[in-house]
Amino acid sequence: MANPMTQIAAVTSMNLRSLPQRFWTSAATVVAVALVTAVLLGFLALANGFQATLSGTGTDDVAIAVREGSSGELNSVLSREQLQLIAEAPGIARGADGQPSVSGELYVVVDGKRRSTGKKGNLPFRGIGPKALETRQNITITAGRMFTPGLAEIVVGKGLVQQFEGFDLGATVHLGKTDWKIVGVFDAGGSAFESELWADIALLQSVYNRGSSVQTVRMKLTSPDALKQVQAYSRKETRLKLDVDSERAFYASQTGGISDLIFYLGWPLAIAMSFGALAGALNTMYASVDSRMREIATLRAIGFGGLPAFCGTMAEALVLAGLGGLVGAVAVYLAFDGLSAATLGGGFTQVVFAIKLSPALVLQGVILALVIGFIGGFFPALRAARAPLLAAFRA
Amino acid sequence: MSEELVKLSGVQKAYRRGKQSVPIFETLDMSIEKGAFLAIMGPSGSGKTTLLNLLGGVDRPTGGSITFQGQRVDNLSESRLAAFRAGHVGFIFQFYNLMPMLTAAQNVELPLLLTSQGSKARKERAATALQIVGLSDRAAHKPSELSGGQQQRVAIARAIVSDPELILADEPTGDLDRETANEILSMLQELNANYGKTIVMVTHDAEAARYARKTLHLDKGHFVEKDLVA
Ligand SMILES: Nc1ncnc2c1ncn2[C@@H]1O[C@H](COP(=O)(O)OP(=O)(O)OP(=O)(O)O)[C@@H](O)[C@H]1O
Ligand SMILES: [Mg+2]
Repeated sequence: MANPMTQIAAVTSMNLRSLPQRFWTSAATVVAVALVTAVLLGFLALANGFQATLSGTGTDDVAIAVREGSSGELNSVLSREQLQLIAEAPGIARGADGQPSVSGELYVVVDGKRRSTGKKGNLPFRGIGPKALETRQNITITAGRMFTPGLAEIVVGKGLVQQFEGFDLGATVHLGKTDWKIVGVFDAGGSAFESELWADIALLQSVYNRGSSVQTVRMKLTSPDALKQVQAYSRKETRLKLDVDSERAFYASQTGGISDLIFYLGWPLAIAMSFGALAGALNTMYASVDSRMREIATLRAIGFGGLPAFCGTMAEALVLAGLGGLVGAVAVYLAFDGLSAATLGGGFTQVVFAIKLSPALVLQGVILALVIGFIGGFFPALRAARAPLLAAFRA
Repeated sequence: MSEELVKLSGVQKAYRRGKQSVPIFETLDMSIEKGAFLAIMGPSGSGKTTLLNLLGGVDRPTGGSITFQGQRVDNLSESRLAAFRAGHVGFIFQFYNLMPMLTAAQNVELPLLLTSQGSKARKERAATALQIVGLSDRAAHKPSELSGGQQQRVAIARAIVSDPELILADEPTGDLDRETANEILSMLQELNANYGKTIVMVTHDAEAARYARKTLHLDKGHFVEKDLVA
């Protein structure tokens, strides 16, 4: 007998070539599916970028200590004595100078103005000492230089420069009744530090009247396991009263949940919208089948089976939906990919992160589009396959 | 001694209209000889198209039997019936029913996709069929670029391309002017006379019926003698 693939191919190509005749309804379906895909991918890319920022910020071999019960860096206070005590804990790595890698840091919040909206946002202004970089990885000055201790100079995270105005290299900013000069821009490997301003801690303590107190202590551990030793030491030493956790756990508790929120909002919203797009696709495909009813019936009368008609209609639906998926993905890519977004961290400061589209996400979007196409094509394709032959004889 | 191609014995056909059953044929007997050119006339609603559909295996009788070359076809499965149509019947429709996206040659080639012929053989056969209907020079044209008469000639080429014994035509000239209609009818006559095709043609037009060798009149589901009137 004849090759069924030849028949399917012939009917399918006929079907696809007749698409321009149904241009507007077909285009409407493509657009509807594109919208759904774009919404889904927008949310997923947001969640993805956020996740990347979070996991880029935390490592397991750095411990962070704040005052017991404080929910973030902002409302923690530690005295110089406490700082000196914790530095004696076991399990803390030592720098090239033989001193423990312990960085007491000050953390205040200053105002910034968003470039995009002109709205105010809270920016973390961190005072750091000589040990700060020993407790951080992947910090590189990409423009200018590091601040000079004792001078009113600031280095600024590159995410912050992009998002907020007035912090460009060479600019002077007025913070805490002092004029500061921006002398460098740093890259922090995409971590949340890229949303911060850094200056000499001693200067910051005096400008903001903090005496010799710090807010957080960062400690480089000899290994991730050493965390337990530091925690045990802190518990035993009654003068300390600190919450000690790994950096990863610290940032996850600060900002975790937001990426879940984006994820759990994105999918349901996309699925809800999918029903709209599905209704549109069904409508388009039923209209397509109805407009081809006589052709289909004629083919059946000639002796064609129902399968080619079914496949032709399915192919049409999948092509429209697949096209919609690609248009949606490309639109999201062109509009958002690499764009920075900001969200509130737990300490009411901004975390700047990039919206990241990945091949895996695009695949999810295209799969959703094809599912819409499949369901939207299936039932009309059944109608096509069951077309009454007698329709060939009617006017 | 002539050979019988199709035989209808006690054929019943009723359509369901909601819960009601509307009878079209109660007992219809008919014999079509090989090589016949039969015109079927009758008032609208008398069952002409229904009869053609039964003959071509497009529709099934609700009772009685239909045989084609001695083989029952009324009780074939859906797919066997489709294979029967593909192998033995060519259809010509009032409104041509060409595929608008395909060229004349591609339209003619369609029925050959149901055979095991390769692409080259199919194209050659399609070209031959187009030559028979005198449209070789329009092979690459889409139906929208052809006149009604030309489209119907393409449809005739499609009906004969797989060399079926039986050609069924429902009002093949119903949509054409007189002169074009006569061209088409002459062509059918030629297919009957020179190629031995058995043709059953439904028509409202007495002049068209004159091209056939014999005319049957259908009225309310029965054949009636009308020789005196015609
Ligand atoms: N699919 C169907 N369902 C129900 N009734 C039908 C169906 N097809 C035809 N009929 C009825 O059967 C009768 C015969 O129809 P048919 O189409 O065979 O008539 P016809 O002789 O071809 O008429 P015309 O000259 O108008 O084409 C009509 O009364 C018609 O309404
Ligand atoms: Mg009719």
